[in-house]
Amino acid sequence: MSRKLNLRERYQRMTRDLAWEPSYQSKSDIYPQMEFEGIKIEDWDKWEDPFRLTMDSYWKYQAEKERKLYSIIDAFAQNNGHMNVTDARYVNALKLFLTGVSPLEYAAHRGFAMVGRQFPGAGAQVACQMQSIDELRHVQTQIHTISHYNKYFNGFHDFRHMHDRVWYLSVPKSFFDDAMSAGPFEFITAISFSFEYVLTNLLFMPFMSGAAFNGDMATVTFGFSAQSDESRHMTLGLEVIKFMAEQHPDNIPIIQGWIDKWFWRGYRLLTLVGMMMDYMLPKKVMSWREAWEIYFEQNGGALFEDLARYGLRMPKYWEQTIEGKDHITHQAWGIFYNYTHAAAFHTWMPDNEEMDWLSAKYPDSFDQYYRPRFEHWREQAEAGNRFYNPTLPMLCQTCQIPMGFTEPGDPTTIGFRASDFEGNRYHFCSDGCKDIFDNEPQKFCQAWMPVHQIYQGNCGGATVPEVLDWYHLNFGVDNFDYEQSPDKKNWDKWKGQAAEEPEAPDEAA
Amino acid sequence: MADAKNMVYLALQNNEDARPIIEAIEEDNPHAVINHFPAMVKIDAVGKLIVRRETVEEKIGREWDPQEIHISLVSLSGNVIEDDDEFGVERDN
Repeated sequence: MSRKLNLRERYQRMTRDLAWEPSYQSKSDIYPQMEFEGIKIEDWDKWEDPFRLTMDSYWKYQAEKERKLYSIIDAFAQNNGHMNVTDARYVNALKLFLTGVSPLEYAAHRGFAMVGRQFPGAGAQVACQMQSIDELRHVQTQIHTISHYNKYFNGFHDFRHMHDRVWYLSVPKSFFDDAMSAGPFEFITAISFSFEYVLTNLLFMPFMSGAAFNGDMATVTFGFSAQSDESRHMTLGLEVIKFMAEQHPDNIPIIQGWIDKWFWRGYRLLTLVGMMMDYMLPKKVMSWREAWEIYFEQNGGALFEDLARYGLRMPKYWEQTIEGKDHITHQAWGIFYNYTHAAAFHTWMPDNEEMDWLSAKYPDSFDQYYRPRFEHWREQAEAGNRFYNPTLPMLCQTCQIPMGFTEPGDPTTIGFRASDFEGNRYHFCSDGCKDIFDNEPQKFCQAWMPVHQIYQGNCGGATVPEVLDWYHLNFGVDNFDYEQSPDKKNWDKWKGQAAEEPEAPDEAA
Repeated sequence: MADAKNMVYLALQNNEDARPIIEAIEEDNPHAVINHFPAMVKIDAVGKLIVRRETVEEKIGREWDPQEIHISLVSLSGNVIEDDDEFGVERDN
């Protein structure tokens, strides 16, 4: 009686033993989404959650994480922590994070609550429940942390509204909407495996190490606090794949198709993060190229060797990402430099020291393809001709990024693919995005394409100020080059009078 | 990607809670490579990485539940091993 239960027994009692067999309702009525995706599960008891975390331990550890986090957020605010960041340009990385990533945490909270309800196995239900609560915690802590920056810098004020409307934010938004409108098995493969296990390190590690390197203690802390949950999420992702693979051989081609799709979608989405690492951090941590080598080539390589025993292989088109690592961030920054008059953050051209860093980190591409272009733009800006592209870009129907990525094997030609469906022609940036559309044309032909919507008159009007008004962006304040921004003016003023208490600028009120 | 075979890693925050855990890992896994990043320590190894409860307890002078690692863990790669006495990741291909 007095013997303490070991970890395995405790987990058994506190999860599996709390479930029951239904007696007066059929399982198919209770879990109506279990069949339609074609995944066959014969025995949910074979689910092996390697983190045998019970709800009571979960609350204990999460409470500890919150206590640590909020004491640092308080200290940060009390000590005017925003004044310690390397440069106000850095804050633009946070704007991208709050408008682009934090709403995805909330979407993940909803998504895991939904799939946790659909899975019949108690182990899977508990893991999804914990993750759903984690994701809610993440979005809350991110809003609390970043709200401090909202007092001093522009572009943060209505991030939730922007997420649903601003053109480039449709990239992360449509990624999650796609997952949430799929079935529960695809959702969990997309988010837990393809995103959390294979790619999430490329989101959080660079952002948080970047924050640490650039003096942003508050962001480091919420980042690592969130990331400490991430190990559990990643492990759930791996378990899901192994479980489905072991349950029935018919599952393998379905899973492989989802891995192919979601790897490519995640890779395109992470272009925004890569651009942040290479261009938006005044003090760089590592290049996108290096991060891709460590976290995808090395780590992903080992993972897929592991999964080969089930007949699963590397995601389709992974070779293109190896070539693309030399190019995509420069191309994306070029796009945002062109369209920053319609964005909620500022852009700029790298200074000489930063150009040299890029040359060193990208010896096979930067000097040859991008440096001359960027130097030309910089000269033009210095001569008073800062270029803003007045024509709306063509978007890829799948990833929704403007069509600016180049052909594999030819970094001087823009990639271009098309498919016809029910009398309309749809356009894509790559083979990966075209394949995704061709597999589910009925779904992707319905995508809400920001540029089409502007042309159709659904976004407030035909001029940039009207559209920005509809986005809830302040024209002349939140947009345009960093050099002319109120953010820069304020920052220079505060740094010039650093001994005095800084005041909140009128513009950010 | 030939050199990726059976690579595993644990990444921990670089703080007071995690330091004795990192020391314990170094001691019990002589094949591990410790990499320092801003605010984070990433420990790479081929095959297996183990955090032993006993070693951590010796370092901190109190009882330690391997699940406490959740507070400082940043990321991991590999198949998780978890019981009352150890926490770890492994790959065996």
